[in-house]
Amino acid sequence: MKGNEVIAEAAVRYGCDGYFGYPITPQSEVMESLMEMKPWETTGMVVVQAESEVASINMVYGGAACGKRVMTSSSSPGISLMCEGISYIAGASLPCLIVNVQRGGPGLGTIQPSQSDYFQATKGGGHGDYHLIALAPNSVQEMYDFVGLGFDLAFKYRVPAMMLADGVIGQMMEKVVLDDPRPRRTDEQIEQECGDWALTGKKKERQRHVITSLELDPYAQEVVNEKLQATYRLIEANEVRYQTTATEDADYLLVAYGSSARICAKVVEMAREAGYKVGLLRPITLWPFPGKPIAELAGQVKGILSVELNSGQMIEDVRLAVNGRVPVEHYGRMGGVVYSPGEVFEALKEKIINKTK
Amino acid sequence: MAEFEVEIKPENLVYGTPKLITDRIMHYCPGCSHGTIHKLVAEVIEEMGLAEKTIGVSPVGCSVFAYNYIDIDWVQAAHGRAAAVATAVKRLYPEKMVFTYQGDGDLAAIGTGESIHACNRGENIVVIYINNAIYGMTGGQMAPTTLLGMKTATTPYGRDPKLHGYPYKIADMMAHLDGVCYITRQSVHTPVNVRKAKKALRKAFENAMAGKGLSLVEFVATCNSGWKQSPVASNRWMEENMLPFYPLGDIKDI
Repeated sequence: MKGNEVIAEAAVRYGCDGYFGYPITPQSEVMESLMEMKPWETTGMVVVQAESEVASINMVYGGAACGKRVMTSSSSPGISLMCEGISYIAGASLPCLIVNVQRGGPGLGTIQPSQSDYFQATKGGGHGDYHLIALAPNSVQEMYDFVGLGFDLAFKYRVPAMMLADGVIGQMMEKVVLDDPRPRRTDEQIEQECGDWALTGKKKERQRHVITSLELDPYAQEVVNEKLQATYRLIEANEVRYQTTATEDADYLLVAYGSSARICAKVVEMAREAGYKVGLLRPITLWPFPGKPIAELAGQVKGILSVELNSGQMIEDVRLAVNGRVPVEHYGRMGGVVYSPGEVFEALKEKIINKTK
Repeated sequence: MAEFEVEIKPENLVYGTPKLITDRIMHYCPGCSHGTIHKLVAEVIEEMGLAEKTIGVSPVGCSVFAYNYIDIDWVQAAHGRAAAVATAVKRLYPEKMVFTYQGDGDLAAIGTGESIHACNRGENIVVIYINNAIYGMTGGQMAPTTLLGMKTATTPYGRDPKLHGYPYKIADMMAHLDGVCYITRQSVHTPVNVRKAKKALRKAFENAMAGKGLSLVEFVATCNSGWKQSPVASNRWMEENMLPFYPLGDIKDI
């Protein structure tokens, strides 16, 4: 199946309650697939084509406020439009899933793949102190799996989760193992799971529920912020995910996520054949970032190359983790150009291996 | 000393606070129309037995705190986005009563797109639209509905169409859309108007529950603080200036 189509399949099988989107290349197949599947006739899932990304993220906000499992998907310029809404969702402590199949920017940019929304996904994007749980799939299978994982984490911590994919993975076709469909939660189950905060209609025996991110009293707003920060610390402690390849004996380390990690896996093979001990660390969660394992590997390797389809964004987090102990350099292409494994290997030799011998 | 004694008994009461209005002290200025409109909304919800089924969407603006005053579940929407938020709530809970409560800046300026498209989709919601021709919360700036010549903080010499464009009647525009079943313009500046407005609200709520499409109740309202007039003078000014441009009555009813 194709990466984007698998998002639709995963949403229906996971028991998602609602999808709200607006067409944008290279992810329009998500909504097209859902409309073709007509899940409102089977699981009862609602699918709405909104008039803009601004509207679709606010529909997600409304659905999330009801304790429902709701999601949207878009690509870079559309995610920029959603940032206000994402900030409100984070500020009101609501769970939801946002999929970004990245394309090159800035501005209207290109429709070709890119990873230049790393900062936007991991450092906020919208206004205010908040984080998204950012998951970076490197295969069509992971695009499928991370729909469920994204919802699970979002509801566990009541924060928005983002799947930060890119045009390569979104448009790629691979074999996928699907789970058995599970039914959507009933209203009673939602009441049990989210009954202490969600909008379910005010019963006589409880206080009214108000979903808001507004506190005019600065001291009260500070308490809201402190609670959010405490949640973020908990997520950082519990939910860091990453994968290592050939790092046990590595002299040099590549750090890459998503489609770049696929390319870098090939680079590891090429380098090993050429006699260089190169390993790869692939962050699966971009936030929380796997800084600790990178810091540990910094004690072992001679240098690190951060490889991203951008001008160098994740490298800031890698450098923070490494804290100056070994050289950390960036290699990337921009504007929708995707590097070949050979190009990355050359960059690795030039920027790291030849300089740290 | 009174010439006769009034005995306060429950059966003698002819007026009271609706059960759904909370005890919280309202932050609205004395003379503001919001308080009366809130009361009507609370009464209609209560009388229709919808208290446990209703979800309100509050806007950005003075009425952001509507959730402090009417004792139902609420979600506060980003500026202008109430209709999009309400769309999702209603689609996901079709059996619930969902309404938005929005000012003219929220609905007719920044939220024009969301409002028009919710109308066009025929969402089964009620939009309560407060038109006082000014931005109250931010200190009296020009609204899309500000009358020509009207002085505000951002039109200190009066609204000049060459500089600021024209006031517009979004309710009339919305009436052209097929998804809309009921559009009416009301006010609450006299007891007669209050009674008519309540009937209109009730009808809108009934339409939403019957799945007839979107209903919008516009209230031509006063903002005496923003207009820099006393409450009494504001009512008079509204009658003399607002109502000729925003005439009361049903605009669409099918």
